[in-house]
Formats: sequence, structure tokens, C-alpha cells
Amino acid sequence: MNLYAVAAIYRFEMNRTFRTLWQSIVSPVVSTSLYFVVFGAVRAGGPSEIDGMPYGAFIVPGLIMLSLFTQSIFNASFAIFFPKFIGTIYELLSAPVSFVEVIMAYVGAAATKSVMLGLIILATAFVFAPHLAILHPLLMLVFLVLTSLSFSLFGFIIGVLSKNFEEIQFIPMLIVTPMTFLGGAFYSITKLPQPWQTISHFNPAVYLISGFRWTFFGKGDVPVIWSLAFIFGFFAVCLVIVSWIFKTGYKIKV
Amino acid sequence: MASIISVKGLTKTYDTGVEALKPVDLEVEKGEILALLGPNGAGKTTLIAIICGIVNPSGGKVTVDGYDIIDDYRKTRAMIGLVPQELATEAFETVWSVASFSRGLFGKAPNPAHIEKVLKSLSLWDKRKDKIMTLSGGMKRRVLIAKALSHEPRILFLDEPTAGVDVELRKDMWQVVRELRDDGVTIILTTHYIEEAEEMADRVAVINKGEIILIEDKDVLMRKLGRKQLVLHLQKPLKSIPAALKPWHLALSEDGLTLTFLFDPEGERAGAAPLLRKLDELKIAFDDISTSQKSLEDIFVGLVSDRT
Repeated sequence: MNLYAVAAIYRFEMNRTFRTLWQSIVSPVVSTSLYFVVFGAVRAGGPSEIDGMPYGAFIVPGLIMLSLFTQSIFNASFAIFFPKFIGTIYELLSAPVSFVEVIMAYVGAAATKSVMLGLIILATAFVFAPHLAILHPLLMLVFLVLTSLSFSLFGFIIGVLSKNFEEIQFIPMLIVTPMTFLGGAFYSITKLPQPWQTISHFNPAVYLISGFRWTFFGKGDVPVIWSLAFIFGFFAVCLVIVSWIFKTGYKIKV
Repeated sequence: MASIISVKGLTKTYDTGVEALKPVDLEVEKGEILALLGPNGAGKTTLIAIICGIVNPSGGKVTVDGYDIIDDYRKTRAMIGLVPQELATEAFETVWSVASFSRGLFGKAPNPAHIEKVLKSLSLWDKRKDKIMTLSGGMKRRVLIAKALSHEPRILFLDEPTAGVDVELRKDMWQVVRELRDDGVTIILTTHYIEEAEEMADRVAVINKGEIILIEDKDVLMRKLGRKQLVLHLQKPLKSIPAALKPWHLALSEDGLTLTFLFDPEGERAGAAPLLRKLDELKIAFDDISTSQKSLEDIFVGLVSDRT
């Protein structure tokens, strides 16, 4: 195991975060705060509670998840796409590192950023929803870390497969974000009329958001065990894809 | 001498169908400077990229210090430093941080003293805190060399290291390369500047259309192919070459005013003096005389165009 390499890449990526602190941490916090203001505080009409939870508190887990999904993908995809784009990838390919080490470093750094981001948003949430309580804090952290890792891994794959900046944006902006909005980030899917309720069960985001919300309130749209199974399954699928990519050198080597 | 890189039957056909390397065999000797010459698209960069692990080979085998580049990639890659042809660098990082990054990436424990030594030898020490985007092209080239040397490689690949670099900087780099060779580093250099190969290399390999068409000690090559030419401008035209001059195999120009003599300084047709004495005997007068030697460039152009 070339741990010096893992440390070098990890440090390099974390430096990039701190160098671009404004973009990496501050802007997601600002935009999340805007969601709180728009959907939570100044919302006129509509239910003031969902499933017995104040609406302001209800949307917190969904908002954190939305940021985790998109930021993990952006961070990890950009981290590996950029060296391809500017050509510095040659060094990584010629270095005595295995794919396990490369992934540990890049995905680890992207996930670290996401976990930091999630915790900052959570802290921000307490400002807007002071009565927010977390019923299962340890499980909440497990979900936070696993989601960050899985989506960073997913982002890494997108970064490897993308040929240009549009392709990098495509999945987070046009697939993940709509899925999150329609996955019960701002409402409970149990309140949806049929057939939309059934259709929603095919949306992967539902399981993630529901599970995360369960760790806060002890209630979710689907049983929490399904949510855990889903996140582990997603992580495993991403691992398989990424190990295939590295074994064959697909889209990285010629 | 023992070989440090051994390439056997290496082939590469890209997905586009381009056959970049026909079976290539090459032995690089430990501690030598080998210049790899060839026109654009000859396969130089592909050959280097395969040995370094950037491109997957289609067939054949490469070993570095006895280790297979695929099965023992950690051992072989740790030994190799690569300075690529393209000026691919980070923009926002400092010189110091990218050099330290490369050292870690290649599995070496941090060693600020070594990084300092490398940066100083490349005149980058004053720039160590500068962001790379603020550097000139020549300085970026030095940064790439510093990155390659940061992990103390035993083999250094320089892929067109002095392309687009001014004369002074080129001389500096040659100095660095010589010092590395004195430290026992094996150096493989590709270049368009034949002058560079002539100046630096111990051996020269010529690659064209994916094949190594020649590999030879530079001095032997220069001797073997570097024949001298003696041109005599005569005062009065000759109708034909006199029989007495037959042994010299001279060439007479159409106007009969120029005699050309090709000779090999160490071969059997050695020396111009006997010819000049003979001309004097025959009372053939000339008003100008010039000699020239084929450079490596002429040899190279001759070799490559022979095959096309």
C-alpha cells in the first residue's frame, strides 16, 4: 500500500477545498439558507406540520441530502476530470499507485468535504429551526458518511467517463436534483395521490431522504432498513463499476 | 553493459486502428544516455508512455531492472521519472507543493532537503513560493523536470525536454542531464533537435513508423555514416575524369567545373592529401576547395527518407 501517495493526493485535494473555500463551503451554505427562508420561514399557507413535525424541521434532512448528493458528485467528478482536462493525469497514471489508493484518496477527500458541508448545513439549520432534535445522532452520522462516500464514488465515475464539462454537469443538475426534489425532500410521499405514491417508490432518492429523516424524527416514508440496504447497495455497485474502470483503463488509458 | 530496460516484441495498435508500434525490441543500458530520434508520429511518445504505464501495450513484454511493467508495476514505476512533452501543470499550486506532491505520489517519504536540492539545481529555488500559472513556459518545463526528479528516479525519460526552450535554458538543462548521468541515472531522451542528441547521447536509436530502424553508439554511427566530402572548383572544365584519378571514385559536375570526393576519415579511401598530390601531378588547377562532414541530421534524414 502506497500510503504516501494516498496522503499526497488527499492533502492536495483538501488544499484545493480550502483554496476555493468560498465556492466549496460558503456558497452551498448560502443557497441552503435560501431554501430554509423560502420553503420554511416565509412560506404562506399550506400545512404548518407534516407527520407531526414542524415544516421548518421536516425539510432539514432533505436539504442536507440535496447538498450531499450534488456537492459530492461535483467535488469528486471535478477532482478527477480536471487532471484529465489539463493533462496532469499522466503523473497519476505513471505513479506506483493502485486504483484502490487512487479512490481512497480522491473519494476520501471529496467525502470529507461533503461531511464537513453536511455538518455546517446542520448547524445552520438550528438557526432556522431551533427546536430541531436528532433522535438517533449516531445513525444520522452513519447515513451522512455513507451517503457522502457513495455519491463521491459515483461522482468519481462520472468524472472518469465525462468527455467535457457539460457531461459532468448533466447528472447532478438534470437527474439527481429533480430526483431529490421529487423524492420527498420538501414533502412526505405518503401524502401524494396514487399513482404518484407508487411511482415515487422507484425513485432512489426517496430511500435516502427517508432514511436520513428517520434518524432525526424516528419516522420515514419507507422502513429505515430499506434505506440502509439501498445506500449499501448503491455503494457496492459504484465500487464494482469503478474497479472495472481501473482494471480495463476504460476512458483513462488508451 | 547490463541493460536496465528490456523491450521485447512490443506492439501497440490504438482503437482508431493506428498501428503506433510494430514489434519493437530495445535494450537500454544502465547509466547511458540514449537518444530516441524520429519524425512526428513515429511512435516515440507511445513507446515511452507504455514503459511508464500511461498507455496499455497491445502485445509484447517490457521489463525494468528485471521487473515486468505490468505485474510489478509498483517497483518499475517507482524507479522511473517522466518529463512529458506537453506542458501539463497545475495552475494554482506553488512550485514547492507540486514537487513535494510528486515525491509522495511515487511513494517516497517527505524529504525537504532533496526537494530543495532539486529546485536549486534547476534554478527554481527563488520561484518555490510562486504559483505555477505565473511562470514562463521555460520555467514550467523546469517544474516538470523537478517533479520527475523529486522522487529520486534511477531512470529518467525526457520527452522533447527542450521543445520551445531558449538556447540558454537548453544549455542549463543539458548540464542537469549530465550531472544526473554522473550520478548513475539512465536517461532516455527524445528530441527533434538533432544537435541535442549529438551533444548528449551515448547511443542513438532511430524510430520511424513504429519500428526501430537503427540503434548504434553515437560515435560509431557518426564514423560509419558521417563521411566527409571534399569539393574542388576547377579553373578549367574537364570533359571526363582522367584514368589516373579512377581510384578515388570522383564525381564530376555537368559543367565539368566541380569535382566531388567522398571519403571516410578512417576508412580505406582515407585522406585527401594523396588526391591533391595527384591533381598537382596532372596539372589540374583549382581555385577553391571546401570540405564538409555529414551531421547526425543528414544521417537521420537519409535514414528516414530511405524507408519512405
